[in-house]
Amino acid sequence: MTERSDVPASPERPSDRELSRRRWLAAMAAAGAALPVLSSAACKPSDQTAGAPTPATGPRGTPSDPDLIHPRIWWDKQLTRAELGTLAALTDTIIPEDETSPSASAVGVPDYIDEWASAPYDWAREGIVKIRKGLTWLDEESGRRFGKPFAEIDQSERNLIADDICYLPRARPEHQEAARFFDMIRDLTATGFYTTEAGMRDLGYVGNVPLDRFDGPPREVLERLGLV
Amino acid sequence: MARRMQTRYDAIVVGSGAGGGMAAYQLAVQGLKVLVLEAGRHYDPTRETPMFQLPKDAPLRAGGTKDKPFGFFDATVDGGWSVPGEPYTTAPGSDFLWWRARMLGGRTNHWGRISLRMGPYDFKPYSRDGIGFDWPIGYDDLAPYYDKTEALIGVYGSSEGLENTPDSPNGTLLPPPTPRGYEQLVRKHCGPLGIPVIPSHLAILSARQDADRWPALLHPDNQLAQRVLADSMRTRAACFWATECGRGCAIKANFQSTTVLLPPALATGNVELITDAMVREVTVDRTGRATGVSYVDKATREDRHVEGRVVVLAASACETARILLNSTSSQFPNGLANGSGLVGKYLMDTVGAGIQGQIPALESLPPHNEDGASGDHLYMPWWLYREQLAGRLDFPRGYHVEFGGGRKMPGSGIFWGLEDYTSGAYGARFKQEARRYYGSFLYFDGRGEMIPNEDCYCEIDPDTKDQWGIPVLRFHWKWADYETRQAAHMVETFAEIVDAMGGSVVGGSVERDGSKVIAKGGQIIHEVGTVRMGDDPKTSVLDPNCRAWEVSNLFVTDGAPFVSNADKNPTLSILALAWRTCDHIVEEMKRGSV
Repeated sequence: MTERSDVPASPERPSDRELSRRRWLAAMAAAGAALPVLSSAACKPSDQTAGAPTPATGPRGTPSDPDLIHPRIWWDKQLTRAELGTLAALTDTIIPEDETSPSASAVGVPDYIDEWASAPYDWAREGIVKIRKGLTWLDEESGRRFGKPFAEIDQSERNLIADDICYLPRARPEHQEAARFFDMIRDLTATGFYTTEAGMRDLGYVGNVPLDRFDGPPREVLERLGLV
Repeated sequence: MARRMQTRYDAIVVGSGAGGGMAAYQLAVQGLKVLVLEAGRHYDPTRETPMFQLPKDAPLRAGGTKDKPFGFFDATVDGGWSVPGEPYTTAPGSDFLWWRARMLGGRTNHWGRISLRMGPYDFKPYSRDGIGFDWPIGYDDLAPYYDKTEALIGVYGSSEGLENTPDSPNGTLLPPPTPRGYEQLVRKHCGPLGIPVIPSHLAILSARQDADRWPALLHPDNQLAQRVLADSMRTRAACFWATECGRGCAIKANFQSTTVLLPPALATGNVELITDAMVREVTVDRTGRATGVSYVDKATREDRHVEGRVVVLAASACETARILLNSTSSQFPNGLANGSGLVGKYLMDTVGAGIQGQIPALESLPPHNEDGASGDHLYMPWWLYREQLAGRLDFPRGYHVEFGGGRKMPGSGIFWGLEDYTSGAYGARFKQEARRYYGSFLYFDGRGEMIPNEDCYCEIDPDTKDQWGIPVLRFHWKWADYETRQAAHMVETFAEIVDAMGGSVVGGSVERDGSKVIAKGGQIIHEVGTVRMGDDPKTSVLDPNCRAWEVSNLFVTDGAPFVSNADKNPTLSILALAWRTCDHIVEEMKRGSV
């Protein structure tokens, strides 16, 4: 192996296997492709004549035909500032900052959960109710145990509550509903966090970069898998 | 009154996906004046494809919704399991899903690119085991068109000399990409189980096409065809091993009708394209010949009529059946070309069932890039032909296996259910467990042959019309034991593979009741067979050249002519058959018989 393909690449630090940016631009240009990051999806309509395509008008901006290059969220978020504060304390209990990556709230996870719970889709009708009930329960439980709302207690105190509701099969009967709520928020927090650059870096996802060629796994991986 | 256009075209092609795009291209390079009608909007993958966008750039982290069922970045426009304003219905007790896309290029923009040839057995299944029906053509009839289609669109893969898994001529296939780590691991463990794991065939340019060589080989003595094809091939870049094919491809490295067939077709100057044109019916004259097509212009909601010497339907198997059934007249009271009563009948999909496994050997691997071609580099072709023929299995037809997973780009839903593996980890431990488990989950999906049956068909729903006033389809569906037993065999086999790899099945245990694990009808999006071809006008709608027995200038080039639905994904066969049909149309036109 002459290449350093075992070195993790990231979008910020391209490895030497990647196409140079210039060559990538050339490939896009050869294909007549507009760079997604630069293009405006709309193009100018031209006269329609026999032999010429119907003018491309681009996406209409409806939910089933959204602009994929410039995505936007077309619904209003519903959670209050206070609810988002409690939610952030919970998402950061699930995914705290560590030496590898930031916390969930630092990469916008509470906003994502708000977006999910406020969405004009079936799940959100029940979802937002569950989230509001769950956040209310957290504050009540926190008040009972520590005399303060969940967002204002120490992390060690939050963890004591989390210990009781983090695993449904072991949660006491009176904690079952809270455990289901915790489960839902953990799943949503994982999606919200690991779909960001910081989350992808944390996992060691090193794709989504154009490569000159695909060589398969590096030798170190083949050895680990017993494939050498 | 329908507004009439002045021009009379040589051919009107309804649909612009695999079958319509191929028809437009083949007829146009032969010099015919072609009109293509597309029910959806214009779509330009070179401008509209989100090539490197991250999930966090999209609503809901790009997760699936009813508006975008395969995720926000999926190429499908105005489609999925429902199309706004264009419903379909199902009969009581029938579960059927119909995936549509209302866009130029149709479903070729987002499809999986898996391009497997049907084999010799697949054309003559009845002759082999006495079940189902034979095609009126055999593998040898279609093989030259498979050869040409693979070269035209660009398919990677290998020739392995396996039973009923045809080889391609030397130099036709592009080199298969190196297998990913987990693919090599699966191959290693499938060896002792007797399951072959070989390079998959995907319509992706693992290397650029030879634009100096192929045009002359594919279109001898046709300067126009050679020129437009060479120009088109030169605009296609090789895969750069990033971004999902399902989003479409702005650099034209994979096959989409909109990047591979329609551009050279339009470059001939012989094609006119009208989008947002919802075809209502094929019109006929008193002699029973097709005169053209009437359609709704979606922008103005006006009815229009266009005339053509031949009409080519390629609207997708079910939509083509719908158009024929809605084309009623005094000569054809039950729908056009439907004297046999078989239009809409013998609807087939592919049998699907799968499991997921967690593989400890794949945990905590060093970071490395597994994006590859986004689709499979390896797959398992059906391997139990002899056991089946000897009666040692309780289902008659085969399936192939598609598998994946690994270190994909994290998307919506990642680590849902991780609490089952971590006793409810949260906090710093959750992050450690996520690093450990990332990349260690694999899925195995069977894709099997369904036997056509009397209970699976579509018809016009007398009570429901779409927003254009066109009566809609009502679906009837029932899997037979052939399929549910096959589905059970799939999941049992996959559980064995996971076990052999030292892994565990996600969810703990495998449901072995085939009727519970089988996908719904239509869910695999391989609907074919509603307007089948055959040797006998009493038992088929189309002749062996995909011409309607009863309407001499009406042809079908989508999946509707299929007589059976082998486990091989249908798109490559649709393309090859469409090419063959177009050659026939051109010959008949030269002879003056249409």
